[in-house]
Amino acid sequence: MSIVVFAEQRGGALRKITFEVISEGKRLATAAGDSLKVLLAGDNVSGLAEELKKFGPDEIAVVNSDKLADYTTESYAGVLTDYVKQENPSLVLLGHSAIGKDLAPRVTARLGAGLVSDCIEINYDGGDFSFIHPIYAGKAVATYKVNSAVKIATLRPNIFAMEEAEGAANVVDFAPEIAASRTTVKEVIQQAGDRPELTEADIICSGGRGLGNPEGFDLIEQLADALGAAVGSSRAAVDAGWRDHQAQVGQTGKVVSPNLYIACGISGAIQHLAGMGSSKCIVGINKDPEANILTVADFGIEGDLYKVVPALIEKLKEVNG
Amino acid sequence: MNIVTCIKQTFDTEAKIVIDNGQVSTQGVNLIVNPYDEYAVEESIRLKEKNGGEVVVVSVGGDKTQEALRYCLAMGADRAVLIQDPALEQADNLGCAVAMAKLISQMEYDLVFCGKEAVDDGAAQVPSMLAEKLDLPQANVLTALEIADGQATATREIDGGSEVLEMKLPAVLSAQKGLNEVRYPSLPGIMKAKRKELKVVSLADLELSAEDVAAKTELVAAELPPARKAGRVLSGEIDEMVAELVSLLKDEAKVI
Ligand SMILES: Cc1cc2nc3c(=O)[nH]c(=O)nc-3n(C[C@H](O)[C@H](O)[C@H](O)COP(=O)(O)OP(=O)(O)OC[C@H]3O[C@@H](n4cnc5c(N)ncnc54)[C@H](O)[C@@H]3O)c2cc1C
Ligand SMILES: Nc1ncnc2c1ncn2[C@@H]1O[C@H](COP(=O)(O)O)[C@@H](O)[C@H]1O
Repeated sequence: MSIVVFAEQRGGALRKITFEVISEGKRLATAAGDSLKVLLAGDNVSGLAEELKKFGPDEIAVVNSDKLADYTTESYAGVLTDYVKQENPSLVLLGHSAIGKDLAPRVTARLGAGLVSDCIEINYDGGDFSFIHPIYAGKAVATYKVNSAVKIATLRPNIFAMEEAEGAANVVDFAPEIAASRTTVKEVIQQAGDRPELTEADIICSGGRGLGNPEGFDLIEQLADALGAAVGSSRAAVDAGWRDHQAQVGQTGKVVSPNLYIACGISGAIQHLAGMGSSKCIVGINKDPEANILTVADFGIEGDLYKVVPALIEKLKEVNG
Repeated sequence: MNIVTCIKQTFDTEAKIVIDNGQVSTQGVNLIVNPYDEYAVEESIRLKEKNGGEVVVVSVGGDKTQEALRYCLAMGADRAVLIQDPALEQADNLGCAVAMAKLISQMEYDLVFCGKEAVDDGAAQVPSMLAEKLDLPQANVLTALEIADGQATATREIDGGSEVLEMKLPAVLSAQKGLNEVRYPSLPGIMKAKRKELKVVSLADLELSAEDVAAKTELVAAELPPARKAGRVLSGEIDEMVAELVSLLKDEAKVI
C-alpha cells in the first residue's frame, strides 16, 4: 500500500505545510510499511521535486499544465482524484491550509470516502489509523476512525515536525486529462509587508481592546519587528476597526499554534483562547490582575502595556545586539 | 434570485464542554445558529432584498433545530426545510451533504450559501462536498461578494492574503466573518416567522436510503484536552520583570 501526500505550492513556491505533511506521511508510511508518494501539481513545477526529495518520499509524481497555473478547485480536484484512483492508497494527506481545506472535501465527496479535517495527531496501531482532531474550538479533543478504503485527512499547520529522511525519490510524470475550472482567478492580493503568515509563524504578537486606540498597533508592530513575529488581534480590536479581520485570532478567526504567543491588552476570553490555546508558550501582558489571560499564560506580566512593551522591545534589542 | 442557505445548529461558543462516556454531552447546553451561517443568512437576505426571489434555509438536524431555523426566518428568510431522520443521527459531513444535495437538486435556485465552517466539529467540509454533489463551482471563505448578470465576483481569504474569483451562477459559496454585519431579528420579524413555512422531510421523502448517507467517519471518543500547567505571574519593577521574561523565554522555554 501507499500513502499519498498532496504537495501544496502557490506561484511556484512550496509551502512550509507541505514539508510538515510529507514528514508526517513518512513517519506513518514507515510505521505501516507503506511507500510514500507525493503528488506535485502546477505549471512548470518540476524543479520543486528536488526540495521534496529531502523528506524521503519513494515517488514524486509531477503534473505540469498551464491549466494548473492558478489553484482552482475543480482542476486540482480532478488531478488529485485521478492520482488517488491510480495509486489506490490507504491514506491521503493534505495541509489544513486555505488550499487543503478547499480541495480535500471536494475530492472526498468525489471518491465517496471519509475525511478528518484539521488533525493534530495521526496514529497507526498495526492495523488501522486513528485521527485526532480538536472539536468545539479546542475545548475537547476527538479521536476518529475512518471506514472507507481510502482515508483522507488534513493536518493542522505548525504542529507536525519537519524531518529530513531517506527515500527512493523516483520522479515520474503524471499526465491526467485536466478538467476546465468554472471559476477563474481574477486577482491575488498579498498582504502588505514581509511578516510571516499567522498560521505559519513561530512567534505572534497580538493586541486587543486594551491598546485603547488603533495607533496602539504601532507598538505591537515594533515588538513584532524585534522578534521577527506576525501580528494578530483579538476580535474586539477587529470589530473596533483597528485591524483587518484577517488578523483575528480565535474561534471565529484563525487557529494558530506558534512557539510563542504574546497577548497584549487581551483579556483572554474563551473564544480567543480557542484560537491560540495550543501555542507552545503564552505570554500575557495585562494591567488587570484578574484578567483570565494571566491565569492561562505560561508567563504573565501585570502592568500597563504602554510601559511594559517598550521596555520589552529595548531589552530584546539589547539581548539580540 | 432564489437562494438556499444551509445552517447548522451548534453549541453556544460560551458553552462549557462536558464529556460523558467518551462523548460530548448535550445536556443543558444553549444552542445557537452556527456564527458563520449567520453571515450566510445575512448575505442571502441582502441579495434577496436587492434582486427579489426567496431565501430558503435548510438544515440537517433534530427537533431542536427548528428553533435555529425559526431564528433565520425571523431574520428574514422566507421558508425553511429541516431534514430529519434517525439514519442521519450518526451521519458524517458527507452524509449530511448528500442529503442536502438531494433536497436542493429538486429546488429552483441560483445560489447555495453556507458558513465556512461549523464551530462544533470545525470541519469546513460540507460546502465543498455540496458543490461536488451538485456539480457546481465553489468559492469558500468569502469576505466580499458581488453578483451581477448571473455572475459572482467573490473575494476569498487565502493564506497570507486574498483572491478574487469569478464564476457563473449557480454556485456554492461559504461565508467568513467580515462579509457583512449580521442583523438581529426584529420583533415584527419574530412574529412573522411564526407563520412562515417550516417543512420537515425524511430520507424516504428524498428517496434516499440509510446506506446513501452511511457515515465513513466515526467519532470514537472525545476527551478534554490536557490542562495547561499553571503559569507564573512575574513581579517586581518593570525593568526586572522584562529582564526575567526575556531570560525565561530564551533559556527555559527556548522560544526566542
Ligand atoms: C460567537 C462569538 C465568537 C467570538 N470569536 C472571537 C474570536 O475569534 N476571537 C476573539 O478574540 N474574540 C472572539 N469573541 C469575543 C470575545 O468574547 C471577547 O469579547 C474578545 O476576545 C475581547 O477582546 P479583548 O480581549 O481585546 O477585549 P477586552 O475583553 O475588553 O479586554 C481588554 C483587556 O485589556 C486590558 N487592558 C486595558 N488597558 C490596558 C493597558 N494599558 N495595559 C495592559 N492591559 C490593558 C484589560 O484589563 C482587559 O483585560 C467572540 C465572541 C462570540 C460571542
Ligand atoms: N447539519 C447541517 N445542516 C445544515 N448545514 C450544515 C450542516 N452541517 C454543516 N452545514 C453547513 O456547512 C458549513 C460548514 O460546516 P462543517 O463542514 O461542518 O464545518 C456550515 O457552516 C453550514 O453552512
